[in-house]
Amino acid sequence: MSYVPHTDRDREEMLRSIGASSVEDLLREIPPSIRFGGALPLPRPLSQQETEEELARLAGLCRGAHGFDSYLGGGSYDHYVPALVGATTSRPEFYTAYTPYQAEVSQGTLQAIFEFQSLIARLTAMPIVNASLYDGATALVEGVWMASGEKVGRSEVLVARSVHPRYRAALCAHLAVSGLRLRELPAGEGGDIDLSMLKESVSSETAVVVVQSPNFFGLLEKTGEIGEIAHAAGALFLQIFEPVSLAILATPGEAGADIAVGEGAALGSRPSFGGPLLGLFAAREAFLRRMPGRLSGMTEDALGERAFTLTLQTREQHIRRDKATSNICTNQGLVALAAAVHLAAMGRVGLRRAALLTQERALLLRRLLGEGGARFPFAGPFFREFVVRFPEEAVRAGLVDHLQSKGILPGIPLEGAYPELGGCRLVAVTERRSPESIRRFADLVRGFRGAERGVRYA
Amino acid sequence: MPNPVIFELHKQGRSAEHLPLPAGPESEILASIPERMRRRAPLPLPEVPELELARHYERLARMNHHVEKDVYPLGSCTMKYNPKLHEKVASLPGFAALHPMTPEELSQGALELLVSLEEALKAITGMDAFTLQPSAGAHGEFTGLSLVEAYYRRKGETRPKVVLPDSAHGTNPASVRRLGLVPVEVKSDERGEVSLEALERIVDGSTAALMLTLPNTLGLFESRLPRIVEIVHGAGAQIYLDGANLNALLGIVRPGDVGFDVMHTNLHKTFSTPHGGGGPGAGPVGVKEHLRPFLPTPRAVRSGDRFAWDHDCPDSIGPVHSWYGNFAILVRAYAYIRHLGAPGLREVTENAILNANYLRSLIEKEYPIPYRRIAMHEFVASASRFFKDSNVRAMDIGKRLLDFGFYAPTISFPLIVKEALMIEPTETETRESIERYAEAMLRIAREIEEDPERVRSAPHETPVRRVNESLASRRPRLAWEETADGGGEPPRD
Amino acid sequence: MNVPEDLKYTREHEWVLVEGKEATIGITDYAQSELGDVVYVEFPPVGETVRAGEPAGTIEAVKTVADLFAPLSGEVIEVNETLADEPERVNRDPYGEGWMFKVRVEDAADLDDLLGAAGYRKLLEDAHGS
Repeated sequence: MSYVPHTDRDREEMLRSIGASSVEDLLREIPPSIRFGGALPLPRPLSQQETEEELARLAGLCRGAHGFDSYLGGGSYDHYVPALVGATTSRPEFYTAYTPYQAEVSQGTLQAIFEFQSLIARLTAMPIVNASLYDGATALVEGVWMASGEKVGRSEVLVARSVHPRYRAALCAHLAVSGLRLRELPAGEGGDIDLSMLKESVSSETAVVVVQSPNFFGLLEKTGEIGEIAHAAGALFLQIFEPVSLAILATPGEAGADIAVGEGAALGSRPSFGGPLLGLFAAREAFLRRMPGRLSGMTEDALGERAFTLTLQTREQHIRRDKATSNICTNQGLVALAAAVHLAAMGRVGLRRAALLTQERALLLRRLLGEGGARFPFAGPFFREFVVRFPEEAVRAGLVDHLQSKGILPGIPLEGAYPELGGCRLVAVTERRSPESIRRFADLVRGFRGAERGVRYA
Repeated sequence: MPNPVIFELHKQGRSAEHLPLPAGPESEILASIPERMRRRAPLPLPEVPELELARHYERLARMNHHVEKDVYPLGSCTMKYNPKLHEKVASLPGFAALHPMTPEELSQGALELLVSLEEALKAITGMDAFTLQPSAGAHGEFTGLSLVEAYYRRKGETRPKVVLPDSAHGTNPASVRRLGLVPVEVKSDERGEVSLEALERIVDGSTAALMLTLPNTLGLFESRLPRIVEIVHGAGAQIYLDGANLNALLGIVRPGDVGFDVMHTNLHKTFSTPHGGGGPGAGPVGVKEHLRPFLPTPRAVRSGDRFAWDHDCPDSIGPVHSWYGNFAILVRAYAYIRHLGAPGLREVTENAILNANYLRSLIEKEYPIPYRRIAMHEFVASASRFFKDSNVRAMDIGKRLLDFGFYAPTISFPLIVKEALMIEPTETETRESIERYAEAMLRIAREIEEDPERVRSAPHETPVRRVNESLASRRPRLAWEETADGGGEPPRD
Repeated sequence: MNVPEDLKYTREHEWVLVEGKEATIGITDYAQSELGDVVYVEFPPVGETVRAGEPAGTIEAVKTVADLFAPLSGEVIEVNETLADEPERVNRDPYGEGWMFKVRVEDAADLDDLLGAAGYRKLLEDAHGS
């Protein structure tokens, strides 16, 4: 029932060895007044078979995961994952192991993390990468925290409105009592950052400028110029990047970012209703001693052989306690391993191809939707994702429900986080959406006749 | 011979063909991206034939100790068995392929799971509401303390202090600092419990909370908890439970019933979700009614006979996760709770305590327990006599245990015990495993008398010998770099 | 335990070499052996004024961090930059090439609070005995 292996006889003999008459005897130091009486109010225990059936019932009720073509993005992307990834992460040597504090019997984990750090460093063209943080949102929080520690005396954090809304909200939640002032930089007319607006907004009060590229709308930002403007004002530049896109887009390193953070789950993990995720965190050499999170370093053992170990641990909370650079105790171990295996399995060719295929199909859908009467508020260059305004009458006549009934999830509605984009949806395409599916989506939009109103659309 | 690093396996053009080719020419696709926005830096990701990759990870796997290899009694980590069934259900396509922004009506199963898990955690802990968003214990601490901070800000009370026992885990003061609050230490008494006298002196109207681990990091129950609750609530402050040691309380004590206002749980400890080599975990935070309004948003709720997202949380501190929490981990914990039920969870705690005390009874003559008390699910022994007599430290004993095919206990924590060995076998170890572990510890004790150097220079039989940590810190090498001659050299002193 | 006669000492196991208005500060042989391998030293910035008895920086060993205190008040005029690349100098030669920072003495009275070699040796004996 609970994976406890003891027979009654085992228990008796163990108690005798301890010198206790019963397990109850071992609980005698707990004041009786606070003991819980009776049984916990939970449903009756299920056998493994019944447990599996119950979980399968719940999974079955997640209809959106069965037979739907999903064009949902917004920070979670459904990319192809090679089979080797799951085969590796489901090895008990990796998934049941603890944090590799005893380096001599944890070289597998430590080397895998070192390889992860190295792969992400190459992907981002940034020199220092940690072993990962919880997710992109908390990586952003840690990055802003680190930047503000570097720029003592400057308390303003300039964050673009086109940064993921939940990331901005998480920043507020985590920094509410930090004394840092979060200031929003509005998006320009084109949905990307207006450089002259940025120049006016940055000041000697600004510790760091935070920009996401591709931004939440899928648009590409002029990261090189943004970095220059930030530095000219004495501020740091933090870029939120997206790992798959870096196969073909300019890296944070090339853009002159001081700190680069991102969501890495698209490398090797499935959407999984939003978790677990993988916070990617990279920075320039100068930040080495302020890095949050774990670091796996190369060293040697007592015989001079190459070995790996967690290093610079004095930054961390279990040693420095209240003076730690962060309170983070963990990395996303297994998810980082998945990302490392994914990058190694895809290799340079595979990752480029994923990015190119993704972009090719995104361009195809956008063109076809446009031909079918959809409009696009933003015209600038984008990667994988774009904002669409479907024909208003079609939407009012139930286009979205219609598409859903035909097995299509047509993007994320934007009016919640961006009232100025009411009626618009954020549509994402990956290499997993076939050209046939894309054509079908566009045809359904083009050919939609609001049944009750008999309206026809060419 | 060291294992090659992945970059050393590179063979140009030989990685597997995972994806089809684009329909059109690359140049056409790239034309959609202005040149100055394209990647110009090389992309030196290795290309490795698939079989070579599989062998690479096989070699790495073989170098790891893990729960299915042998005993792993890390104190406060609860390295219990991670049921295979959980891996199976967490990867059901209905869960794995589900996007977090899937419309409500198409994600009912996931919403129902979140609601049911919250209800189960409430039943287990006696708290009134839970957020499932925090990604780990430390994240849970931050979240829980944020709720307390928001509560007092709303009340208009200035309470900058958070009181912590001197035995607290380092994440506790670090989390406090993160909130801009001031950690204040309260000393433990000769029984290893919080000194009531010191507590009374320290707690006052400027105290936001007392953070307790229960049982504490010595594995001891705070036997005067009701009085502690009185003192803290009497000053108008909150009591926070660090739930790392919840494995000792299931079905025995419900924190919400006995005075705790807020707590975090560690699903990757108590509720058997895998440690993953350092993560991902999950640290759901439970609260009593007065803190509910501040919980992170959105919340999964019942709505008639359906399930829905509640975004109407005006006093919420905001989200602490990019989405709703580490869902695939929550699935595993839920499966565990449904399988065990109340009787199973009670059995977990009873046997965790039994196992810890059994192991203690087998080694305590050689490894004295500083506090002459019954331990709960873990205990702390001291190796200080070996240090005094033979200059052998707890760390050396830990390293020598690796030679026996075991994992070491938690070393040198808590700080209030010299040369501490914190040992938690968990309830899933057989008595035979426990006896083998005890036997190894006793052999090492004898070896320290006969040949202390062998212990001091351990380990001798692990895939690598004792690792040079100071070299790693003095000359940090955190990423692989090709040297001029194509290889990568490890740093030399 | 090496305790040079010509230096002054603090209860936090630091040494002070006074030359006119300048004081050079480091940690003692006992301190470096207690800490183990030093991996990094964080100094107070040059130009900053430190206060006697207050933390002015940190010394990191592999598994511990210790505060570096200012034994007396004054302006920091120089720090030992070589320790960035070779922190092991602190272990190898704590009184010589392992020196940490120099301060311009603000108040000569601060020096009276320091221990002499004999006083520091006694401190070590008492610590060991307990």
